[in-house]
Amino acid sequence: MDIINHYLYTKEHEWIDIDGKTATVGITDYAQSALGDITYVELPGIDGQVEQFEQLTALESVKSASDIFSPVSGKILEVNDELTDDPGLINRDPYEKGWIAKVEISDEEEASNLMTADEYRSYLESLDRNDGGAAEAEE
Amino acid sequence: MKLVFEKSVKDRQGFKLPDTDVPSAGALKETYLRKTDAALPEMSELDVVRHFTQLSQRNFSVDANFYPLGSCTMKYNPKFTEKVAAMPGFADLHPLLPQLKGGERYAQGALEVLYESERWLSMITGMKAFTMQPLAGAHGELTGIMLMAAYHKAKGNKKKIVIIPDSAHGTNPASAAVAGYEIVTIPSDKKGGMDIEKLKSVLSDEVAGLMVTSPDTYGVFNPQIDEIARLIHSVDGIMYYDGANLNAILGRARPGDLGFDVVHVNLHKTFATPHGGGGPGSGPVGVGEKLEKFLPVSRVTKDALGVYALNYDGPDSIGYIASFYGAFGVILKAYAYMLLLGGDGLKETSAHAVLNANYLLSRLKGAYYLPFDRVCMHECLFSASRQAERGVHAIDIAKFLIDKKVHPPTVYFPLTVKEAIMIEPTETESKETLDVFVELMLEADELTRKDPGAFKSFPTTMPIFRPDETKAARELKVNYFASNA
Amino acid sequence: MNPFIANTPDDTRAMLDAIGVKSIDELFADIQPRHAPRSFDLPKGLSEFEVTSKLNTLALKNSVGPVPFIGGGYYDHYVPAACGALISRGEFYTAYTPYQPEAAQGTLQSLFEFQSAMCTLTGMDVSNASLYEGGTALYEAMMMAIRITGRTRIVMDGGVSPIYRKLIKSYTHNLHFEFVEAPLLHGQSDRALLKKLVDDKTAAVILQNPNFFGAIDDHTDIVTTAHASGALVIESVYPVSLGMLKTPGEMGVDIATGEGQSLGLPLNFGGPYLGFITTRKKFIRQMPGRIVGETVDSAGNRCFVNTLQAREQHIRREKATSNVCTNVALCAIQAVIFMTLIGKQGLKKLARLNYDKAEFLKAQLVKIPGVQVKTSAPTFNEFTVCLPVNANDVIERMMHLGFAAGFPLGRYYDGLDKYLLVAVTEKRTKDEMLAYAEVLGRVVKELQ
Repeated sequence: MDIINHYLYTKEHEWIDIDGKTATVGITDYAQSALGDITYVELPGIDGQVEQFEQLTALESVKSASDIFSPVSGKILEVNDELTDDPGLINRDPYEKGWIAKVEISDEEEASNLMTADEYRSYLESLDRNDGGAAEAEE
Repeated sequence: MKLVFEKSVKDRQGFKLPDTDVPSAGALKETYLRKTDAALPEMSELDVVRHFTQLSQRNFSVDANFYPLGSCTMKYNPKFTEKVAAMPGFADLHPLLPQLKGGERYAQGALEVLYESERWLSMITGMKAFTMQPLAGAHGELTGIMLMAAYHKAKGNKKKIVIIPDSAHGTNPASAAVAGYEIVTIPSDKKGGMDIEKLKSVLSDEVAGLMVTSPDTYGVFNPQIDEIARLIHSVDGIMYYDGANLNAILGRARPGDLGFDVVHVNLHKTFATPHGGGGPGSGPVGVGEKLEKFLPVSRVTKDALGVYALNYDGPDSIGYIASFYGAFGVILKAYAYMLLLGGDGLKETSAHAVLNANYLLSRLKGAYYLPFDRVCMHECLFSASRQAERGVHAIDIAKFLIDKKVHPPTVYFPLTVKEAIMIEPTETESKETLDVFVELMLEADELTRKDPGAFKSFPTTMPIFRPDETKAARELKVNYFASNA
Repeated sequence: MNPFIANTPDDTRAMLDAIGVKSIDELFADIQPRHAPRSFDLPKGLSEFEVTSKLNTLALKNSVGPVPFIGGGYYDHYVPAACGALISRGEFYTAYTPYQPEAAQGTLQSLFEFQSAMCTLTGMDVSNASLYEGGTALYEAMMMAIRITGRTRIVMDGGVSPIYRKLIKSYTHNLHFEFVEAPLLHGQSDRALLKKLVDDKTAAVILQNPNFFGAIDDHTDIVTTAHASGALVIESVYPVSLGMLKTPGEMGVDIATGEGQSLGLPLNFGGPYLGFITTRKKFIRQMPGRIVGETVDSAGNRCFVNTLQAREQHIRREKATSNVCTNVALCAIQAVIFMTLIGKQGLKKLARLNYDKAEFLKAQLVKIPGVQVKTSAPTFNEFTVCLPVNANDVIERMMHLGFAAGFPLGRYYDGLDKYLLVAVTEKRTKDEMLAYAEVLGRVVKELQ
């Protein structure tokens, strides 16, 4: 699993790349691999406010849907429109071209609630990976 | 295979309509008329018949294949019930007839079927009364939750939460959420049962009720179910019984006696009505005394003279939950099935459903990992975790079985068990069929050792190879005309 | 003897041995004596012959004899024999939800064809693979509009079926939505009133065409009004009428829905029926129910799969777009078989027959002294007449004379006791209609 050393991470497998007051948010290589082929990205609204660890947006793969949580609080500055036509960008390049949104950081202290690359690496090792697909039983 | 639209040839027609015997009424104003005709196919009757016959042959079905889909109760659908449902006295009956003044007299036979079906199901489940209206299991759940909400509202209870075990069907939380409740999930304990300590820890006056499947989706009957009911009742919560697995306990235990206040049953599972490729189903709901007055209208009544009527007058009723009286054609089939089996036949049904499942469990437990190693009820839950270590997943084993003309068991459900393979053989399968299935499952396991790579190409004998589901979801072509316009 | 269980005593013994228990009862050990049924007092089973004969007796107690002129959204259309024959194939009706696409191409392709046919019929972009029935489909369409707009006010046109409205009322009882009703004006939607009622809090305007009283309309201007406030328009439609009438798509409607019983399904005393929803492509993710999509298999050949499953309850659980799990696949397949048999020309002709015959009967009825059609709104195959006497009394007498005369509007509307809703389909002959008019005239006279 690729992990970028200068990014910070959440337990929900989002990454964040902080550049001054602006944070770029995406999901990790581990997350894209667990989700499988991503088929749809619901892009958040520009200018919307998000709180740290609250829902930012949602992704869909063939048989699962996942909420994406914002690693920091702030205002949404920009979203990656390319994902609308090519959601597979997240699978191919989760840390660069597959970014999801840029957020204007409102509280720099919040970064201390996130994991460093090393911490995230050990966190992944502690997880027991589930390869399961989708449930098919029903009423 | 080509689509009907691709087989269409201008000026063909597959059905002869009568010539008009009245004068033309002239033209409607243009503003009311469509500008272009609907592009329906134009085919001769034979070509239509052949098209759909050939399509049908591209399906697995209970009539042609063993179909041990866990939690779905794919039992045999008796042919005579189809004949009953097609009787013109039922099939041609207009639903509004009994709503004419005094109109019940025109539908006495149909109303009797509804009334008697309610009585049979009440006795089978130990409930006081039933409504036959819900049109599917999930619709029954929603109805049940609405009854729960009506009860709490009438009592002035401030309730917010519905408790659901993590092993539940996805419809349970979805139904409770649609009705406006918050969901609290209870994890399973090591044996697969509900963790009672966890349940106690979330009990509060805000708990509206608990939704449980019993036996649960691990195929286990929780002997502490009456204790759970006592706990829920201690906070004036409602016990909801999801009847998905009722086929296991007919005549052995009744939800009403176990402390449940509301139940839904799936006629398309336990009562042998066909699944129809995904519906129509039917999910009647039964209630105990404390919820009876909230049942949807209309209710079917019978007076001292044996005359049936529809009662729309329910001051406490939750109102209409369907346009009419339920999936009547489906109810008829279930009623005919119950009449044929009788009480003893129903009890025998569960006995053999459980016997067949345990037989499979005992034959397969050497080769497949059993997360809960114990006697099961009507279905047995395995995990392909050992095979997964060799790179072969539950879905691959499913595709192997398809090549052998057996419908795979349910895979990846319940969500709480990795690589889950849930097998429900039902009572209608013979030992020979079960033995063939066992041999295939063992053969699959053997192949995971010898040539795990082989699985990725399965199935190879079907009309199609594995489909690209990612492409389907990304490109979303759901209408032939969308790209042919 | 149970014909649906194969296990003989020998089989049972062999299986118990393999399991390692002595009796079937041992397998039920978790069900303890205190769990035993307090009663299980059910009759003994009957033979197939006895059950069939008993149910035939019950079937004969239902009055399907009187010539039907009852509609109300559910019509006595002819069902071609090939429809019934094809869906009676076990490969269709004893299959389950197509979760294993390699083993379910028959169901999947049929449903894709159904979706496509519903799109061309309603003039919309996308369709789901069906929902329970027309009333619950309208509720789902309304919930869809609420999700899309994030608004909770609903403007309900007075022409929407009272049955559907009662149903929506009970479903939304615990939810905090605002409903406003716009009564009809001269039998059609009241434009000025709708314009006043639609505001920037309105999620949707709900319309029906033809409306419950039979009147047809062109709702294009209402759509324009609604869209100007950011509200959506939902229209409940009658599929057979779309053989001639302006489609929801042509009117600019956002969500079309309705009851598909008229597409080759028997009346069946209320079900199973066929609910449908079609909509604009941009709303597809908010559309409830199963959807079949086209794709290719690993050899590159076209095939069909359930798609967009991530919206559904078995994945999303409490976050699903709806709790709907079942569709009515078999009814949808029956409908697409019907649409294929009847074909492009046949559907037009069918609609025309229904329209012409209804106009013929309407013309006969207004000749009866005291019988009136109160509005000039055009109708399709159902219309409302005002009688000089109570409609219920007329219906009751006519039933004895061999006619199911229509539906009394007083059943759902205060003050409409004299109004009768009369439906005509292609099955009604000129002779039947003339006889009906003659008997109605006689009965009205007797009752005055």
